[in-house]
Amino acid sequence: MNSRLNSFRSGPDERGHFGMFGGRFVAETLMPLILDLEKAYADAKNDPAFQREMAGYRKDYIGRPSPLYFAQRLTEHLGGAKVYLKREELNHTGSHKVNNVLGQILVARRMGKKRIIAETGAGQHGVATATLCARFGLDCVVYMGAVDVARQEPNVIRMEMLGAKVVPVQSGTRTLKDAMNEALRDWVTNVHDTFYCIGTVAGPHPYPMMVRDFQSVIGDETRQQMQEAEGRLPDSLIACIGGGSNAMGLFHPFLDDSSVEIFGVEAAGHGLDKLHAASLTGGRPGVLHGNRTYLLMNDDGQIQDAHSISAGLDYPGIGPEHSWLHETGRVKYLSATDEEALSAFQLLSRLEGIIPALESAHAIARVMDLAPQRPKNHLMVVNLSGRGDKDVPQVGDILKGRKKT
Amino acid sequence: MTTRIDTRFAELQTQGRSAFVTYVMGGDPDMATSLDLIKALPKAGADIIELGMAFTDPMADGPAIQAAGLRALKAGMTLKKTLDLVRAFRKDDNATPIVLMGYYNPIYIYGVDRFLADAKTAGVDGLIIVDLPPEEDSELCIPAMKAGLNFIRLATPTTDDKRLPAVLANTSGFVYYVSITGITGSAAADSSAVGTAVARIKRHTPLPVCVGFGIRTPEAAQAIAERANGAVVGTALVDVLAKSLDAEGKATAKTVGAVVDLVASLAGGVRSARQAAE
Repeated sequence: MNSRLNSFRSGPDERGHFGMFGGRFVAETLMPLILDLEKAYADAKNDPAFQREMAGYRKDYIGRPSPLYFAQRLTEHLGGAKVYLKREELNHTGSHKVNNVLGQILVARRMGKKRIIAETGAGQHGVATATLCARFGLDCVVYMGAVDVARQEPNVIRMEMLGAKVVPVQSGTRTLKDAMNEALRDWVTNVHDTFYCIGTVAGPHPYPMMVRDFQSVIGDETRQQMQEAEGRLPDSLIACIGGGSNAMGLFHPFLDDSSVEIFGVEAAGHGLDKLHAASLTGGRPGVLHGNRTYLLMNDDGQIQDAHSISAGLDYPGIGPEHSWLHETGRVKYLSATDEEALSAFQLLSRLEGIIPALESAHAIARVMDLAPQRPKNHLMVVNLSGRGDKDVPQVGDILKGRKKT
Repeated sequence: MTTRIDTRFAELQTQGRSAFVTYVMGGDPDMATSLDLIKALPKAGADIIELGMAFTDPMADGPAIQAAGLRALKAGMTLKKTLDLVRAFRKDDNATPIVLMGYYNPIYIYGVDRFLADAKTAGVDGLIIVDLPPEEDSELCIPAMKAGLNFIRLATPTTDDKRLPAVLANTSGFVYYVSITGITGSAAADSSAVGTAVARIKRHTPLPVCVGFGIRTPEAAQAIAERANGAVVGTALVDVLAKSLDAEGKATAKTVGAVVDLVASLAGGVRSARQAAE
């Protein structure tokens, strides 16, 4: 308990718990493999050869480090804090997802696994997984809710071009949570040769920790880049949250820097009193997909439909470490509606010439009201987690009034 | 403490036969039909009833049981009503063991202590919770044992000899051997592999071992019953129930009878098995 008072970065414990959150709530069939994975990841983490290999691919394949860019026109427009964008959208495959996939695929190779499965919402994690599988000659099956297949068609085409099999999931609400259910069903069935590449900081231990570690390159680079640009730490960090991997990657290296304000932005969908995907704001602790965390559910413990304009945030849960950071108060969790995200999407496109993913636009939406409240010497970093190419057809339709959010 | 499950297996051992364990989803397709159905199961030859607790996200179940759960939820099923179903069943039958099977979240939200007290009072004998491995025993398994309920663990082909002792440590009532790596409703394992696996588990525990997944015919039920202490059938029953429904998924006059007929036929298979020497 003392260690928790001294550091926000020491979790999880050996059973995968962040306070009361996390754990390993999976079927017995998967348990031996999860224990194997835990061991394989611990070995890899401590192996300089693994770290060297990952560093090499980060630099030459992903294109890291991603720039920390001073958004001058956005800053001038908002008239407050100096806003920097962490340009994760410039990574190969167009989002932060590839950071995690690279790490997991290298671990899968060490474990001798030849078949990779993944779930995807917006398709960014699916594309990243299909990409690395192509690079390393691995079989790849991506589960994607049928609703998301329809609204993120460009990514479906990309995955297929990369040689992956995309399986549209027709069960339940046909979105991200159902894709995850279906991936778990595949894994239970093909446990002997299959590696499940989870796309966010959720699932059974060790996934939340492992994915966080692979994404922490975002925050580590930001710390160094801000030092080079301004000679000091940033004053605030902002990132959007579905499962929460881009946010955790940016936040984690700064959790013990008490001068740094940290904000996560959930998807408020049509509004917090209507259909939304804000698990921390509108949910409560429960158990789903291998971990205890905040979930949207009814009084009988039945999981409720989430809604967000952004397929990548359309999930009724959140990574367990975020639940813990929420309860400890270290991170402030806010939300942005579909409408606010759409406005931010357009603002950033026009002011900076950067079309953000609808997911990342949720973070920009809160920058639009936080930055003006801060002084001009306040350094604010927003994680631009993905690019918006995939959203252009959907947003175009909405703006022309042909489609509702 | 002796539960109805312990008593039932002791009786069956005296009779020299294996148990026929039937799974149906509580509240599928509605409360009244579901109650009629579970009341009819013992007479048709079910020795133990597993009652599914409906959940929106049953990630270890195949399409048939997923659909059954959604039908029940659509008709207004809740965990509280599942307990009501057991209570109503117990008015006429105080011998047939009832095991609730499902996922942890609805129980967690109901409140573990309150759930265990209410389940015991309603007449529940055991629990099978798919997403609670031994690593999470402090959540529900240990409290359930203290409350006098059996906590029945799943063992699978991936549960090797090194792991079996941990899986069996807090298991009571019986061990449920899942004969394949896969979801409910998948293809069956071949019966000689099942025999080998059951023998392996029995080297680690005196508990009865029941085998499920993929049993659809009297012949398959017989083959399993000859190699284990019980055969579990679920998806086949749920499939027959689903086929008996009308276009809107509502019960028809045929629904209960269709399931009961299949149970009787499968029970014939189990009862014709000669139990393997212990």
